[in-house]
Amino acid sequence: MNIRENIETIRQDFPILEREMSGHPVDYLDSCATTLKPHAVIDEVVRYYTYLGSNAHRGDYEMSAQVDYAFEGARKTMMEFIHASRKEEIVFTSGTTEGLNMVALMAIDQLLEKGDAIMTAETEHASSILPWQYYGCKKGIATCYMHLTDEGRITLDNFKKSLDENPNTKVVMVAQVSNVLGYQVPVEEMGAICKERGILFVVDGAQAVAHTPVDVQKMNCDFYCFSGHKMCGPTGIGVLYGRFELLDKLTPVYFGGESNARYYKDCDTLILRRTPLKYESGTQPIEAALGMAAAARYLKKIGLENIHEYELFLKRHFLERAEKELKDKVKLYNATSESGIITFNVYDNGQLIFPQDMASFLSSKGIAVRSGQHCAKLMGDIIDAPGTVRASLYLYNSLEDVDRLVDALKEATVEKCLDIFF
Amino acid sequence: MPIDPSYFRDIIMDNYSYPHNKELTEDESYRSRHMASDSCIDDITVQAKFKDGKVEDIRFDGKACTISTASTSILSELLRGKTIEEAQNIIDNYNHMIHGEPFDEDVLEEAVVFEGVAKQPNRIGCATIGWRAVQEMIDDEEAGK
Ligand SMILES: Cc1ncc(COP(=O)(O)O)c(C=O)c1O
Repeated sequence: MNIRENIETIRQDFPILEREMSGHPVDYLDSCATTLKPHAVIDEVVRYYTYLGSNAHRGDYEMSAQVDYAFEGARKTMMEFIHASRKEEIVFTSGTTEGLNMVALMAIDQLLEKGDAIMTAETEHASSILPWQYYGCKKGIATCYMHLTDEGRITLDNFKKSLDENPNTKVVMVAQVSNVLGYQVPVEEMGAICKERGILFVVDGAQAVAHTPVDVQKMNCDFYCFSGHKMCGPTGIGVLYGRFELLDKLTPVYFGGESNARYYKDCDTLILRRTPLKYESGTQPIEAALGMAAAARYLKKIGLENIHEYELFLKRHFLERAEKELKDKVKLYNATSESGIITFNVYDNGQLIFPQDMASFLSSKGIAVRSGQHCAKLMGDIIDAPGTVRASLYLYNSLEDVDRLVDALKEATVEKCLDIFF
Repeated sequence: MPIDPSYFRDIIMDNYSYPHNKELTEDESYRSRHMASDSCIDDITVQAKFKDGKVEDIRFDGKACTISTASTSILSELLRGKTIEEAQNIIDNYNHMIHGEPFDEDVLEEAVVFEGVAKQPNRIGCATIGWRAVQEMIDDEEAGK
């Protein structure tokens, strides 16, 4: 679908765009944090609550069979969405963070030895770094950081050099798209290198799945995690993709109902259910799984290539206006990144407007952006500011949304940022 | 006092651009609190010296937004020389004001410029970061820690 020509129709799919913020139509530029939801997703969630109703995998009546069918159907939709090779490679989780924690816990406990190392990057999200760092430290497994370019990009040359310098690396953990700067990481080539060297390749897809076509097989990744809410789906649901042999070999982190087949009173008597059900202890957020699958269908219908292209179109429009009208006013940190993420700071006659003051000012104009360090607190050497403002564009943003941002930035001063308090 | 927004805004701007007592001391007799545990990017250290039941001095430093910087600057001036009991009363009234509850504006003096923060709940953390630091140090002082 050509988004530019159909933007008004697409916007009508998102009922929240009818609301106001601070007395203005909402200009939602924070899709990196979470995306808005289309009717198709909301309706699917409501269908579970108003029609399907029962638990999954546990009843012997018609309603329950219908839920099983829908739930396993959602798994299949998610498999197709990221091009996994079979639906058993899709484990439902509560989101990226839980998926990444599960992978780190299982890998450190069951696959790694003292003295091994994990390689990641300073630009990564906290949920990609902290679980490895915390559990790794306990077992004598170091977390090391790969070389980046001055602008914070991961390149293949730097990656190879970093691996050569850290021959003990057994795991590489990166985001396919960084949430602060929006750079695309050369995951396919990195995956091939990892495969060749017998390194486990773990990819955080939180900022990628909704913005570009994803193929976990081409990427040669062992694990891939993402969240439903960042792809127009509900909160509280996500996917942990794992290569089948690995998932089948590993023992889960949690135990409980639904994930076991049999157990007796003694140690070592537990028989787990087959993969992936052994990873899904307890009642799942069924309506969220169904909603996430509806979101995947919605995005596929529009076309992920089209979404990516449209984001770049919006960003180009911002850059063109910024170049002409915001030259000395705005410092951009990622003009060259190929995504809808714009990370910047605003200056008032040379004085930095503190990012949070800026975000409050924009909020008073109905514009939603995020300020801060965006959960990547090791970025200090790449961005020499106490934080940044991040505007993230998505398929439901119009050119007018971008224009409103530029107009507001032109007008911003430190003093005006204080107006909201009076 | 009639509210004149531009006058209030000027006070905040002044305290942001030229903050009072924004320099830390090495003096060991000061208590110190590093406030960086909140999720926002404000990162400030506040120091306080108590003597004979009084607040003798307050200083701070760090990187923070207009509201955090200005409110800590005003706080550092306002509490100097007050007894701990008076300081506590000021802090209590300030907290009432920030949360939109009735408060005694006379004891708050210049700090009344932050009354409007009550309308912006997501900035309450900014307006109270320095104040929370001093509260914690008063609690420690009272507990003889
Ligand atoms: C790159 C990246 N990884 C992980 C996460 C965590 O996602 P969630 O909060 O949905 O678990 C985010 C979300 O901000 C992200 O941007």
